[in-house]
Amino acid sequence: MTPAYSARGLSKVYGEGPSAVHALRGVDLDIPAGEIVVMLGASGSGKSTLLNILGGLDRASSGTAHFRDLSLTDLDDRALTRYRRNHVGFVFQFYNLMPSLTARENVELVTEIAANPMPADEALAMVGLKDRLDHFPSQLSGGEQQRVAIARAIAKQPEVLFCDEPTGALDSATGRAVLKVLNDVNARLGSTLLMVTHAASIAQMAHRVIKLADGAIRDVQVNATRLPPEEIHW
Amino acid sequence: MSPLDTKLLRDLARIKGQVIAIVLVIAVGVLLQVMMSGLVASLSETRRAYYERNRLADVFAPVARAPEAELARLAALPGVARAEGRVVGAALIDLVEEAVPIQARALSLPDFGEATFNTIYLTAGRLPEPGGRDETLLLTAFARARGIAPGDRLPVTMNGTRRSLHVVGLAEAPDLLYIGVPGEMMPDPARVAALWMRRTELAAAYDMQGAFNEALIALSRDATEAAVLDRIDALLDPWGGTGAYGRSDLVSDRFVSEEIGGLATMARAVPPLFLAVAAFLLYIVVGRIVQSEREEIGQLKAFGYTNTEVASHYFKLVLAVAIAGAALGCLLGVLAGRAMIPIYLTFYNFPFLVFRPDPAAFAIGAIASVAAASAGGIIVLRRVFAFTPAEAMRPPAPPDFSRTITFTGRAARLLDQPTRMVLRGIARQPWRTLALAAGIAGGMALASGMTTIYGAFDRMMDLSFTVIDRSDGTVVFTHPLGEKAALELARIPGVFSVEPVRDVPAILRNGRETHRGSVTGLVDTPEIARAIDARMAPIALPDKGIVLSQALADILNIAPGEMLTVEVREGRRPVLEVPVTKVATSLIGAPAYMRLDALNRELAEPGRISGARLRVDPARAEEIWRLLKDRPTVAGVSVAKDARASLQKLMDQGAGSARYIMGAVAFVITFGIIYNAARIAFTERARDLASLRVIGFSKGEAAFILLGELAVIVLAALPVGSLAGYGLTFAIAAGFSSELYQIPAAFDPFSHGFAASFVLGAALVSGWMVKRDLDRTDLIAVLKSRD
Ligand SMILES: Nc1ncnc2c1ncn2[C@@H]1O[C@H](COP(=O)(O)OP(=O)(O)OP(=O)(O)O)[C@@H](O)[C@H]1O
Ligand SMILES: [Mg+2]
Repeated sequence: MTPAYSARGLSKVYGEGPSAVHALRGVDLDIPAGEIVVMLGASGSGKSTLLNILGGLDRASSGTAHFRDLSLTDLDDRALTRYRRNHVGFVFQFYNLMPSLTARENVELVTEIAANPMPADEALAMVGLKDRLDHFPSQLSGGEQQRVAIARAIAKQPEVLFCDEPTGALDSATGRAVLKVLNDVNARLGSTLLMVTHAASIAQMAHRVIKLADGAIRDVQVNATRLPPEEIHW
Repeated sequence: MSPLDTKLLRDLARIKGQVIAIVLVIAVGVLLQVMMSGLVASLSETRRAYYERNRLADVFAPVARAPEAELARLAALPGVARAEGRVVGAALIDLVEEAVPIQARALSLPDFGEATFNTIYLTAGRLPEPGGRDETLLLTAFARARGIAPGDRLPVTMNGTRRSLHVVGLAEAPDLLYIGVPGEMMPDPARVAALWMRRTELAAAYDMQGAFNEALIALSRDATEAAVLDRIDALLDPWGGTGAYGRSDLVSDRFVSEEIGGLATMARAVPPLFLAVAAFLLYIVVGRIVQSEREEIGQLKAFGYTNTEVASHYFKLVLAVAIAGAALGCLLGVLAGRAMIPIYLTFYNFPFLVFRPDPAAFAIGAIASVAAASAGGIIVLRRVFAFTPAEAMRPPAPPDFSRTITFTGRAARLLDQPTRMVLRGIARQPWRTLALAAGIAGGMALASGMTTIYGAFDRMMDLSFTVIDRSDGTVVFTHPLGEKAALELARIPGVFSVEPVRDVPAILRNGRETHRGSVTGLVDTPEIARAIDARMAPIALPDKGIVLSQALADILNIAPGEMLTVEVREGRRPVLEVPVTKVATSLIGAPAYMRLDALNRELAEPGRISGARLRVDPARAEEIWRLLKDRPTVAGVSVAKDARASLQKLMDQGAGSARYIMGAVAFVITFGIIYNAARIAFTERARDLASLRVIGFSKGEAAFILLGELAVIVLAALPVGSLAGYGLTFAIAAGFSSELYQIPAAFDPFSHGFAASFVLGAALVSGWMVKRDLDRTDLIAVLKSRD
């Protein structure tokens, strides 16, 4: 099976000169299609940076990254936009909702340009927000905002789903519900799921666990058995 | 509706204060454009149609008295298509309520049928019966101003004979679009009139049976006017021709042309200026709005929205604001234009005048605002698009303050933290600071320029009536009299002093530039009416030479030291070659001065005067004017008080009234700019300020940081704006000035002080509005909004 993603010597340097930050230092990586991949690592280890590059939100400083046959590192701005639009769903580490749009409208913002979306209401119901459809972000708690962001990502029914700490702001019961939704999407649509988290126990639902340290991959581990989200505790 | 459009509407609602301010700024800019160009188009088009429909003559040839038979010879001249003769005369209308008689022009109508030229437009009543004795038509504007209607009787003196005329109708004519009070040139519908009577009737009154004293001529298609005028003059010379002239020298047309020309100049120069300031504001504000949406733009791009889709979203925002502004401006412009129409109908005798907006003005207004707003948006969008979505979405990195001002030594001890934040904030974004300062300076320039113009109108009145001509009244004789006539005036009880004048009609020529006007002969050291130099000192008139008013020197394009040709059109009609010795400051009309004795010497008519200026006891003025009314040698008296009132009225209600609209526009724009500057500062700082409040800064300190920056920018902008306003004053003054009156441009400290106070006041109000919002901000909401 061809990997959904493969990266070789992927590096990212922020800034230049003495104050330059090496966020990624030569990352080599293969992610098979249809898997749930969990990325662990200390704060500042480069998880978000890696996710952003694979998701076509940021550019690498050197190295290559492929999505199937598509060389992400060679794409121009227009082609990267098309890639994000057609293939990728995103849950950002910071919720990033449009403050002037309601929960439902925030989801519709994405479904409107998606090829095969589910209705916004349905996506919000999946994350337990069917009563808060018409609330503005400022009227929602941090966790609720995060769930809107997740609904927005899954409503698109994308081939790849990037989630940067999707449960970071949630209590464990709500967090489990969200993980279940993500797991379902993966199972039902066969979407590849790349998830960053600080809760190591979440790795138990993954097919594959990648550990980052200091901008490099320290360890990749394939789980022989996976736990259903309902049984994960943190 | 697509969620992006929903976002658009909500964003518009959120920044509604700013949106309203911008819409208003654009609207008033467009208003001015639409109003002024619409007036120009309406006036020129109406005039053209009126001239065509009522067959205004191409050439007017006044003569002393020419036999009817000469008309055939005139018509036979090469270049002349048709010729017609008429009788014109000066008449006085003696209204009981007026101390001075009203001067009127009496014009003949053909005994039967319509005139070939200058056909009248009957607005009420009927034409005089052929052979109907004492039946007359009266100028509509005068009749309205005096409440005279068909059927009324009118006491009129014609050629020294008093008669009671029967007004049978009211009329207007294309050669009387504008009619000035003789000797003043002021248009005042209540103080100048015209009468039309059947030819036989009028000829009897002026001893013109079988003769005419004005020929009206149509040129053939390919004729050159100048050549034909020469031929006509040669033909009519033996009959006392005083010089044929074309339409451009017809007083009526000249003043209407002046008006339209002045309006057109202003329509070309002023609205674009206002629009440019509005556009600049729009450019900055839209730029800032887009800038503040940087993270949202990053998100949209992250979701896969293309640059085009994102750009069109913001373009819609720009378009909504710009179009709303332009549409409102067009609407207001049409309303303002319509409101101006009655003014033109008061001072100009148009039989009909419809405000017709110039479609180009709509387009220009809309395109300028949309283009400016788009430019502001596009520049910022390009900058944001250069970032990857990840970068754009990240809250901007804490700004690098390492390269701005550092405070060491004394400064460090003197400046507290909030003050340092203010200064660093300014230094960190020098371009933004400059742009805001430039905008405010633009507002200050418009405001100070317009206020100066207000003052200049008053100054013009003051100078004209208290410094240049200090007379209480001017007497004009029916024909030149001996100097004894002045002495007789001086003997009237209540007359303080009398200063004789000799005014002769003349054509002034400098190369190709010519002007039909008159030369005024003044006594050696005049006390009442004087030629004044730029420093308000009286100019001594030379024994040989002529002093021209600035307006005339400009028309003739001549400077002191150069030779001027003066073709006197009276008496033995000498042609003089005289040097221009000085240029005088004159704000009304375009006079030329010579010494009375020198002028008379040239005319070979020693001791002749055509009138006199009087200073009289105010308590007895009325009585004196009434006395003069009955003297047969007095053709008319013009009372300074009335002339001043006419001019004031003309300036308040006539063309000058545009200054009120322009002034209002200037102040709206200025306020819009300052309010937006404060808003921009607020949006950009909202988060910082909320953080400061959270860590314990008081509301006052937070406000100080925000408004301190605005205060510094405003204070820096004031002197620059003042300077620009000074320059602007000259442009606007030139636009308002006409041959009738000139608006003096000068630095007026009061106006600049006033404008500065307005700018500061606007800054205070805007600051207060922003401070109120700052105090009301929900700290949590602000801090929560972006991460
Ligand atoms: N725009 C930037 N400019 C400079 N340095 C950056 C920038 N973005 C990230 N970094 C640095 O790059 C490194 C990796 O950042 P990244 O956001 O990928 O970490 P992370 O693993 O996601 O951490 P966390 O768990 O805290 O989210 C960090 O040291 C961070 O300081
Ligand atoms: Mg991260």
